[in-house]
Amino acid sequence: MAQDNSLLISSSPHIRTKDKLPVVMWSVVIALIPAGVWSYFVFGISAIITIGVSVGAAVLTELIINLLIGKRITVINGSAFLTGLLIAYNLPASAGGHLPIYIPIAASVFAIAVIKLAFGGLGQNWMNPALGGRIFVFFAWTRLMTSGWAAPMSPDVVSSATPLAALKFNAGTLPTHLDLFLGKTSGCIGEVSAAALILGGVFLIIRKIVNWEIPVFYILTTAILAWIFGGLNASTPALFTGDPLYHILSGGLMLGAIFMATDWVTSPMLFKGRVLFAVGCGIITVLIRLTGRNVEGVSFAIVLMNIAVPLIDRLFRLGIFGTPGKEKKA
Amino acid sequence: MKTKIKPSTFPLGGIHPRSLGFNTMDNEIKNADLPHFVSIPLSQHIGVPANAVVKPGDIVKTGDVIGESSGFVSVNIHSSVPGKVLEIKKGYSAIGSMTEMVVIEFEGELNMSRTGKSPVKWKDMSCEDIIKKIKDMGIVGLGGATFPTHIKYSVPSDKKITELVINAVECEPYLSADYRVMLEKIDDMLIGIEIAKKLLNVKNVYIGIEDDKPEAIQKISEAVSNIEGIEVVDLQHKYPQGGEKQLIKAILGREVPSGGLPLDVGVVVSNIGTIVAVKEAVVDGKPLTERVVTVTGSIVKNPGNYKIKIGTMIKDVLAEVGLIEDPGKIVMGGPMMGLAQYNDEMPVTKGTSGILVLSKKQAKAYHHAPCVRCGKCISVCPMGLDPTLLCTSIELDRAEKAIEQGQNDCIECGCCSYTCPSQKHLAQTIKLGKLRQIARRKGEA
Repeated sequence: MAQDNSLLISSSPHIRTKDKLPVVMWSVVIALIPAGVWSYFVFGISAIITIGVSVGAAVLTELIINLLIGKRITVINGSAFLTGLLIAYNLPASAGGHLPIYIPIAASVFAIAVIKLAFGGLGQNWMNPALGGRIFVFFAWTRLMTSGWAAPMSPDVVSSATPLAALKFNAGTLPTHLDLFLGKTSGCIGEVSAAALILGGVFLIIRKIVNWEIPVFYILTTAILAWIFGGLNASTPALFTGDPLYHILSGGLMLGAIFMATDWVTSPMLFKGRVLFAVGCGIITVLIRLTGRNVEGVSFAIVLMNIAVPLIDRLFRLGIFGTPGKEKKA
Repeated sequence: MKTKIKPSTFPLGGIHPRSLGFNTMDNEIKNADLPHFVSIPLSQHIGVPANAVVKPGDIVKTGDVIGESSGFVSVNIHSSVPGKVLEIKKGYSAIGSMTEMVVIEFEGELNMSRTGKSPVKWKDMSCEDIIKKIKDMGIVGLGGATFPTHIKYSVPSDKKITELVINAVECEPYLSADYRVMLEKIDDMLIGIEIAKKLLNVKNVYIGIEDDKPEAIQKISEAVSNIEGIEVVDLQHKYPQGGEKQLIKAILGREVPSGGLPLDVGVVVSNIGTIVAVKEAVVDGKPLTERVVTVTGSIVKNPGNYKIKIGTMIKDVLAEVGLIEDPGKIVMGGPMMGLAQYNDEMPVTKGTSGILVLSKKQAKAYHHAPCVRCGKCISVCPMGLDPTLLCTSIELDRAEKAIEQGQNDCIECGCCSYTCPSQKHLAQTIKLGKLRQIARRKGEA
C-alpha cells in the first residue's frame, strides 16, 4: 500500500470559509470608498493626495520592515493599506492646500513600525495602529492638526470651525443636521459624511465582518450622555437639553464607532465584552467632548478602551458546555 | 404523558458550511457493483478487534462469520461476499490504525437464501436474546463512531433511561445517506425503534430531523402520527446538530455533563441507519455486511447514495461512479470531520458514511496567518470553548492548562477551523493536544 503522492492528506475540516483575512481587509477598504469619494467633492484633490501619501507610506513601511527582518511579506493581506487609509481619514482637511506631506508620512510610519510591527505584527498590537499614528502626529504638530480647517466645498479659500468646535465655543454658525448627515461640513477627510460611513458600515455588518454591537452601543451611549449633559455648556445650563443627533453626526464618531472601535485585534472577542467596551468608549468620548480641552475625543476614547481589552476579555468568558456554574480559567 | 419540548436548536455556536455546488439528496439508494475483491478489516468498531476464524483457502458464503468478537466491547465481522479467502494481512484501515484484514476473492453467486426465511417474531424473544443477536450480527453505530450497539442497549442497572433519541440529523454537509435511508426505509425504522424501546424500556422516542429536509419530516410525521410515544422534532438546520450532546440539548434541553455520556441524563441516542440495521439483524437475521454510502464531489460523474459491500476498496467505488479528473483529496466521511486517505486502496467499513472526492483545486493546504482576535472561533464553538486560547496553550506545550481550558471537551467538529479568517489549524491543534495527552498517559503507564 504505497502512498499516493498526488493525494493531499490533512486533518479535518476539509472545507474552510471564503472570508479569509485578505478578503476581510479588502472588504473594509471597499466599505471606506464612499467616504473617500465624498471627501474629494468636499475638500478637493488635496484630500486625495493626503490619502495617497498616507496609504503609500504605510504599505512601504510594512514592506521595508518585512524585507529587513526577513519575515513573510504581509502587505498583500491589505492590513497596512487599511491602516494607511484610516490614518488619512483621520487627518484634517486643511484650508489653503493640503496638509504638509510629512504629517501623513509620520503618522503612517509610526503606526506601522512602532505600534504594529514592533509588537509582533498583525494580531499582536494592543492599540489600534491608525489611531496611534493619528495621536502621535496630533501631539507632534498640534497646531497644524487643530486649526485652519477647510470649509466644505471651497477648500482653498475659507477656513472654518469644525462643528464640534462651533458647538463648544459658540463660534460661528452651526451646520444643520442634514449638512452633518450628508457631510457638507468641515472636519477630517473621512469623517464628515455620516451617510457615506453608515453605508459602508451596513455593508460590513451584513457581510458579518464587523459586529453590530460595538457601533450601536457606542453611538447610543454617546447620544444618551450628550442628551443628558450636553446642555450644561449652554448659556443657561440645564440637564436633558443636549442635542444628541448633533453629537453623533459630527466629529469622528461615525468613523470611529464603525471602522476603528470594531477593529478585531483591539476589541473584545465576546458580545458582553464588546458592549462594555462600546459603552466605555461612549462615556470617554462625551467626557472629553464636553469637559476636556480638546473638542473631539473619539480617538482617545477608543485607544483608552483598547488598553482595557485584555482585562475585559478576562472578565467575560463562556462556560464550557456541560459544566454548569464552572468558569473557564484564562 | 406527552410533553412538548421544543428548543429548535442547540444554543451555543454552530455554523452553516458553504455548499460546493453538488447535492445528492434526491438520488435514490442504488446497489453498487459487486467488487472482485473485498478487504475486510477485523477492527471496524471501537473496542477489541475480532479474532479471525478463517484461513487462506477457506470458502465463505455471504454473511459467514470471518471474525469472532473477542470480548464484551467487540462484535462479529462477517463476509460481505461469497468467495475464497486469499490472505489475512496487516494493513491500515481508513481511520489510520493498523489492523488485520481478511481479503476475499469474489466467487460464485450472491447468496440470497435469506429472502426465503420468514421474519423472526422478535416480540417473543427475551431482551438477552435480542442483545446477543445484535452482537452476533455485528451491529455498530453507523453514524461514524462505530460504538457496538449491543453495549449501548445494555443499560447498566444503576442507570434509568427515560428517552430514546433517534439521530436523523445528518449534519455533515454533502452527505445524504441517512436522509435516503429515512425516506426509503420508514417501516424498517419503526420496527427498529420498537425493538430499541423494548431493550431500553423507554416510552418516549424523539426523532430529530433538521428543517432542510421537509420531505422526511412530513413523511415520518405521518408514519408515526398513530403511534403513542414517538415524536418527530423539527430542528433548525445548523452544524453540528448531529453531535449527540448538541442533539440532546436541542431536543430535551438537557446538558450532558462534561466527560459524561448521554446515559447520565437518561438518554440513549441512536443513528437512524443503526436503527434500520438493528431491525434487519433481529427480524431478518441479516448481518451488517453492507451500508449506504454517499459518494460525492464536484469531480464525481455519477454522485449518489450507494449500498456498498463492506470491504470494497475506494478505487472500485470510484471506478464505478467515474471521475472527471484525478482527485486531489479523498475523504472518508464528510468534509467537516472525515478522514483524508493517503491512497485509494482503503476499504469501505461499517463507519463509512461518505466518500468525498475533492478536485486538485479544492484540495488546498492552508497556510495560516496570525490570530487577529476576531473571536469567531469562540462564537461558533458548540462546546463553549475558546479555541484560540486552547490552541496557544497546546502550541506552547502547556498541557495542564489546555486540559483546564477544556481540551477534552472538544468534540472535534471543526467549526473553529472552518470559520477562522486567519485559517489557523485550531481543531487540528486541539486534536494534537489530545493525542499528546494519550501518548503521555501511555508513557506513564
